[in-house]
Amino acid sequence: MNSSITNLPNNLGRLELELKSLQRRKSIYTVFGIAITALIVVTGIDLANESNATPFSQGFTKIFDFPKDMLVMAWDLGFTRWWARVIEFTPDLLLTVNMALLSTFLGFVTAAILACFASQNICRNKAVVVITRRSLDLFRSFPEIVIALIFLYLIGGKSLLPAVFAIWIHTTGALGKLFSEAIENIDIKPLEGLESTGCSWISKVRFGVLPQVLPLYFSYAILRLEINVRASTILGFFGAGGIGQALSTMIQWRDGGRVVAIFFLLVTTIIALDYLSDWVRSKLIGARS
Amino acid sequence: MTQSASISLHEIQHATEKKAIRHKLWFTATTLVILGYLSFSWIAFDISSLKEKWRPDRAAMFILDTYANKDHVTMQWDTLDDVTVAFEGGRRQVYTEEPEWFQTASDGGRVVSFKNGGLITFYSDEITLDWPGETEVYSFKRNAEGKPYVVGYENRIDELPEWIRQTKNKVEIRPSLFERLQVGTRRVEAHRYKVGWAYFWFDFDSPLRDVSIFKAVGLMFSSERVVPDMSNATLVRTEFLDNSLWNHGTVLFAMVETVFMALLGTMIAAGVGLPLAFMAARNIRPVWIARFLLRRTFDTLRGIDTLIWSLIFLRAFGPGLFTGIFAIAFTDIGTLGKLMSEAIENADEKQREGIQSTGASTIQQHRFGILPQILPVFISQSLYYLESNTRSAVIIGAMGAGGIGLQFLGALQTGSDFENVAYMALLVLITVIAIDSLSSRLRRALIGYERPAQ
Repeated sequence: MNSSITNLPNNLGRLELELKSLQRRKSIYTVFGIAITALIVVTGIDLANESNATPFSQGFTKIFDFPKDMLVMAWDLGFTRWWARVIEFTPDLLLTVNMALLSTFLGFVTAAILACFASQNICRNKAVVVITRRSLDLFRSFPEIVIALIFLYLIGGKSLLPAVFAIWIHTTGALGKLFSEAIENIDIKPLEGLESTGCSWISKVRFGVLPQVLPLYFSYAILRLEINVRASTILGFFGAGGIGQALSTMIQWRDGGRVVAIFFLLVTTIIALDYLSDWVRSKLIGARS
Repeated sequence: MTQSASISLHEIQHATEKKAIRHKLWFTATTLVILGYLSFSWIAFDISSLKEKWRPDRAAMFILDTYANKDHVTMQWDTLDDVTVAFEGGRRQVYTEEPEWFQTASDGGRVVSFKNGGLITFYSDEITLDWPGETEVYSFKRNAEGKPYVVGYENRIDELPEWIRQTKNKVEIRPSLFERLQVGTRRVEAHRYKVGWAYFWFDFDSPLRDVSIFKAVGLMFSSERVVPDMSNATLVRTEFLDNSLWNHGTVLFAMVETVFMALLGTMIAAGVGLPLAFMAARNIRPVWIARFLLRRTFDTLRGIDTLIWSLIFLRAFGPGLFTGIFAIAFTDIGTLGKLMSEAIENADEKQREGIQSTGASTIQQHRFGILPQILPVFISQSLYYLESNTRSAVIIGAMGAGGIGLQFLGALQTGSDFENVAYMALLVLITVIAIDSLSSRLRRALIGYERPAQ
């Protein structure tokens, strides 16, 4: 007691020193962060100004030229004829959405299977876990476009399948990681209960794991579906088909009415899906907790 | 008492059975729906036509080209002195010194020997093929009309082994993927494949052609100059970047451009999105109309999507980095703004109230009461978007903005430079993985734990 009182000023001094060193470290970090940010911005803008055909100041004033041109063309058509173009491209839109749906479904299935092997709590073999995880990382890292373009080249002629395949692979990687995280966070007690009955590994997964993770799985999958609709539109732009391809053609033809019709379809679909997925997810997560 | 228990037991049994039946029905219905959807997709995506569309020759060439390279031995008929050995058949890539697998036999024939012991011998009017495992030596000549044929098989083409194909103007011999002989009306060409990426570091014309990369790095520090008019370090650097076969300079610069596209796009999105998110949060801005308008702005920015934004900016800025930067920034201002405003609304009010009680200004309340709470979410989400934007930047690049995406598309469209396609795909993969691991490390360092991505 006595000694602690005599040590007090000493301790306070040490505390103050430590506080100061912390503050110093913080300001060093701040300066460092600002320096790096500034470096990136300056280099980047320099690079961009060099690489762009149109300098920034000139381009900025022209941002709305293209949308304006297209909108004026669409306006000149009148509503009924413009609406007919919207109807005209609805099948293409459905095709794109279906591409996303199929690849999300396939990705869901493969991810759900692979996730079991990527989770330490249900797969005891460490090597299998590590290998599965690394391959999921690999699937996720490939930009879809690389796979899609290569397969598009290997399949002579037009086909939707390269895009489906590319999105499938990416979805497997993305969902597989989330699914395995979900599995690793489950309550272990039902599993132990099942284990005590001596049931097989598959029934353990079926009755011990799936009921716990399925709502979360669906919630992730629906978010993924939204992302995949965007992706399949973009891949269509590179010749995979669907509304993306229609958009690319119509832009080349400078058919403003049709371009605006396609933009309209895309934006409404994406916003609708956005709200839908928000709503379904809140229901699913709500039902769970 | 006992009776009521037995009744309830009975009821439980009944209920369980009913539940099981309902379960089974659900299961059957779901399976049927899924099967129906799959068979519908089979037709809608025309999967049965895949077999006809699939080009195995392209696939084989593609795969072979990605990991192997070849030397061409070319002869015009009747000019045995003029046989050339060139890398990939390039006119500028002729070996001045003949390689050890290309020898002159005692009878004047020029012999190409293959790794499996096979021999192809060029004579001025005859080509012979001596292959291990074959009972006879095949010989190829030209007839009076100048058309090539297989000696001894003139009238029985059907009896040729399947790896020798005789057409009207050409005999094509392919014992395996790694050897090939084409006998035409004017010239004869033998291809000898070897595994690996040849001249990856320094190209064919380079003075450093036969120097390994380790040796080259060593050379950089030695004062003895390989080429008198420049230092070794400059030489190694320029020779590497100007490699005409692999275009390292262009490819690496394009990759840097793509990374910058993602980096600047995400930084702008984060820098603009965060203040906007504060304005769109219910607990910060009680005026509902401003909040409503901002929220709808976020939705619109997000809904228009990177694809459409890039098309719009492509028209305004032309091909280049700005297109990609703005396309990414505009989409993600919407995404980050929405996510952040939700995070701000979920922040604990008590800390802000505590700071308010000290008499701090509104800005100070936000800075010290709310920002520290949402900073981890903000950092982890921004880094997560940086990762996914690197992939987006590749795509926007291919649409015309430039960077590695455009280079990749260009290499693929040549239909022959598959090793370059593979090289760029690998480069993109490595970069994405590097950014992934860098950002997850940064995340851990800054906020102490890894947040699952969305």
